[in-house]
Amino acid sequence: MHFERARRHTWRKIKSGLASTIAFVSALLVITPLSLVFFHLVVNGAGSVNWDFFTKLPAPVGAAGGGMVNAIVGSLELLALAGAIGIPVGVLGGVYLAEYGSARINSVLRFLADVLNGIPSITWGVVVYGLVVLRFKGFSAYAGGLALSLIMIPLILRTTEEVVLLVPNGYREASLALGVSRWKTIVHIVMKTASKGIITGILLALARVGGETAPLLFTAFGNRFWNHSLSQPIAALPLQIFTYAISPYDDWHRQAWAGALVLVTGVFCVNVIVRILTRGRAASVV
Amino acid sequence: MEHVDQPVEPPPADESVPACTFQVKNLSIWYGEKRAIDNVTLDIASNAVTAIIGPSGCGKSTFIRALNRMHELVPKTRVEGTVLLQGEDLYLNDVDPAVVRRRVGMVFQKSNPFPTMSIGENVVVGLWLNGVRDRKFLNERLEKSLRMAALWDEVKDDLHKPGTSLSGGQQQRLCIARALAVEPEVLLMDEPCSALDPIATAKIEELIYELKARYTIVTVTHNMQQAGRISDYTAFFYIGRLIEIGPTTKIFTNPTDRQTEDYITGRFG
Repeated sequence: MHFERARRHTWRKIKSGLASTIAFVSALLVITPLSLVFFHLVVNGAGSVNWDFFTKLPAPVGAAGGGMVNAIVGSLELLALAGAIGIPVGVLGGVYLAEYGSARINSVLRFLADVLNGIPSITWGVVVYGLVVLRFKGFSAYAGGLALSLIMIPLILRTTEEVVLLVPNGYREASLALGVSRWKTIVHIVMKTASKGIITGILLALARVGGETAPLLFTAFGNRFWNHSLSQPIAALPLQIFTYAISPYDDWHRQAWAGALVLVTGVFCVNVIVRILTRGRAASVV
Repeated sequence: MEHVDQPVEPPPADESVPACTFQVKNLSIWYGEKRAIDNVTLDIASNAVTAIIGPSGCGKSTFIRALNRMHELVPKTRVEGTVLLQGEDLYLNDVDPAVVRRRVGMVFQKSNPFPTMSIGENVVVGLWLNGVRDRKFLNERLEKSLRMAALWDEVKDDLHKPGTSLSGGQQQRLCIARALAVEPEVLLMDEPCSALDPIATAKIEELIYELKARYTIVTVTHNMQQAGRISDYTAFFYIGRLIEIGPTTKIFTNPTDRQTEDYITGRFG
């Protein structure tokens, strides 16, 4: 009997070891692409990331040097436009889902938001092309910002809803019991308590759309020079990378690598900021 | 908002019949199909502590939440009957529940100081969110409320620290100070000590005893000894109905109803 049990014990140990090895290898597989991407970007791009890259306009074909300052600034402008539309709509929509509305309407809205989250981003580019670019007869920063904001809205809406729902009901009750009105309770107590989580959602949404190329192809279009009016085409980092990467020139290829490295580093920084913001999150709930 | 600045005169004292803060008449409350309170009629005496006792699910909490319309936060509630506060019906259509709640403050079972605010901010947040911006006034009210809640000496040097940095008993007294800062006429307490240790409980009980000079207090408690120690009147609820209300000494020594006696002597509940 005892031997029997011991044998079973050994077999169980083997199974356990096997399972944890498979899990470990899977985890390695997950982080391998990330390391490879970073490695490649640094090897190919680091040499071209210099002062000129951040301060100069693109050089004409054949001329050496040049940079992507217009694309970097253009991307920031597009993000500002996208945020101006996407943040208020997303945050207020998320608060509505968490605090108001009937259960049935909310479950429909929630489902639709999840569907929107799954729509390929190029679709948004085509939609905005049809609605805005054709109507106003031209590519523009406005159109690009709108396309990005449409991607941001469902993302921000769902994260906002989730963190607002995490705020314990006791805080709402305490505020209402002081004779504070419902909307003041929501703005000053609930949203303030959830503010870290809401900001996290906004930053992640900005990081996500900051790297989007497809929705900008038919809307912001790209620009080799400074953009002087938001109703004109505007450069964006991902667009510039796309244009340079598919070009036949070695010089441009190097610049594309550099651009990708800068973009990925930017997204990485946003994620680090998010990590810092949400540190100790388990303790404070939101 | 007037009542925030002007303390309300207590009703004239009468030697024989105690003055009533609340007059509840034929109150019934439904949550959807379920009737939580069944035809309750009672008066709540001014400047006294009334304890609501009864087994779990008997409607104690629903009843005291009905006194400042907090029960309305649960969807699909329905109310029948009247609740008069100093003779005014709380449930008339044109009565704003926020105004009711400024007059009838509430302290909850679980202490809930706002985690984003300091101790000081927690105390005056009710005034601040109701539009009071006078710094001097807020500071005076801050000290006064903390003194009344017997917390001033413990926190006066730490007013900028987060409210959640206090101990459990201190947090509950902070919540009492926060409720007192808007100068309500009534303080409702829903099992205010059930999450506290005996020492913190003793402090809150002492505080309740002191506060009844200025406030009408209604408290829900699961703890029979506590009801005996702190209350002047005790109401026994069972399955949504008021079985008996009377002076605490009478309820505990010579209850009229058999069910009250069984509950108090620990035969059920």
